[in-house]
Amino acid sequence: MATADDLKFQEFDDAANLLAANPDATTISIDEPAEIPKNQHSRLQEPGREEDDELLGTDDSDKTELLAGQKKSAPFWTFEYYQTFFDVDTYQVLDRIKGSVFPVPGKNFVRLYIRSNPDLYGPFWICATLVFTIAVSGNLSNFFIHLGKPTYHYVPEFRKVSIAATTIYAYAWLVPLALWGFLMWRNSKVMNIVSYSFLEIVCVYGYSLFIYIPTAILWIIPQKVVRWVLVVFSLCLSGSVLVMTFWPAVRDDNRRVAVATVATVLLLHALLAVGCLAYFFDAPELDIPAPIIPAHNGTTVITKSH
Amino acid sequence: FPGLADVSISQDIPVEGEITVPVGSHSPDEDFSTLDEPVKDTIMRDLKAVGKKFVHVMYPRKSSALLRDWDLWGPLVLCVSLALMLQGGSADSKDDGGPQFAEVFVIIWFGAVVITLNSKLLGGTISFFQSLCVLGYCVLPLTVAMLVCRLVLLAGAGTVSFIIRLIVVGAMFGWSTLASTAFLADSQPPNRKALVVYPIFLFYFVISWMILTFTPQ
Repeated sequence: MATADDLKFQEFDDAANLLAANPDATTISIDEPAEIPKNQHSRLQEPGREEDDELLGTDDSDKTELLAGQKKSAPFWTFEYYQTFFDVDTYQVLDRIKGSVFPVPGKNFVRLYIRSNPDLYGPFWICATLVFTIAVSGNLSNFFIHLGKPTYHYVPEFRKVSIAATTIYAYAWLVPLALWGFLMWRNSKVMNIVSYSFLEIVCVYGYSLFIYIPTAILWIIPQKVVRWVLVVFSLCLSGSVLVMTFWPAVRDDNRRVAVATVATVLLLHALLAVGCLAYFFDAPELDIPAPIIPAHNGTTVITKSH
Repeated sequence: FPGLADVSISQDIPVEGEITVPVGSHSPDEDFSTLDEPVKDTIMRDLKAVGKKFVHVMYPRKSSALLRDWDLWGPLVLCVSLALMLQGGSADSKDDGGPQFAEVFVIIWFGAVVITLNSKLLGGTISFFQSLCVLGYCVLPLTVAMLVCRLVLLAGAGTVSFIIRLIVVGAMFGWSTLASTAFLADSQPPNRKALVVYPIFLFYFVISWMILTFTPQ
């Protein structure tokens, strides 16, 4: 006679936990007919490691393919295919932004927030906002710095918008492309436990640029010290998100390659911040004590007219 | 034919009637040829439609005119006039001044297309051209602001004029954003409204910035 407990419906655990408890259990993964190539590629090259992955629970591409249902199965020339990259709600976007600004130590941004639902909304619109914020703040800051001078004529500097747009969109799309290519190449040589898709890398980069928006607004303050403190602070926050995301992906590699990769990621990120600060924001000038100048002028004029 | 024995066609009763099928001229989408009417009628009809939409933008409420009978004449007129009014400011040879005519055009049209694509990708049910129409027509308050700014700048370019311009442009920016949100918000999925409204806010903010920073030379 079954007890009352046996008859009650029980929640089934996560697939990873179940497998961790019983490592020899057979697992079935149901392939969808039209898969995106990256999943096939990773499955083909690491056939014997799937059990390890599910044990560690770190590579959940199979599991989430199952759980996510019919994701990304439309052919790439239809509109529905691109709609799958915009399948986020307001609270999800806000959560991801929050996660990029307050890095949780030890937690991976991709695993925690993206969970195989990378979106293109965040990267695109954060980059657009950043472009206009930098251009507008740079213009405002230059206006305030040169405000009192008689020879200064205000110009809107509209050219700089196109330059800012090119730089930031190139950074947000080409650097992830290069990094993804590099990681795929290393994956073929060394067994890495964690691997990211191209869109996930684009997502991380896009959301990590969010911290530069308030930083750019605060750069209007014409003090060198304040600006550099802001650079260091924002670099620490977003850099730590990037490092914590990409360290697990290169951890198993040759130690020098791993360190070099993470260092390059950080260096490019820092270069972007410093470059924007240098190009769009004029250096605040030193305070020239005002009373001295008119006196000099006065004496010079008197001597000249003499 | 026994059943028809008592049927006879009388010669007295004339049979008359019309064989032609009347053309359905009562439906709003008339099918009659507009080639025969005077040109003035054609132009006035389109102008009245555009004018009606302008009124709907200035006093935004649920109107089918903007959504159902979309047209792109109004946005074109507004875009061209805004781009023309933004010329003639700080256009020195260093090209470090305000936006060129083509830049304003591209920003408005490309920006509107991107926002429309964004709202459709997020699951909106509005059609492509309806959304373009609404976004274009809602540039009207900002065009009015540009006109006011140029008039104020004729009087002087000091701090007072700047504050007046700031207030006017700010108010018109708010009006534009609220008007377009009022028209577009209903067609969006409910938990993504903020995701759709934010790009519209950014779009009108950029246009307002171009208007506010216009300095005559």
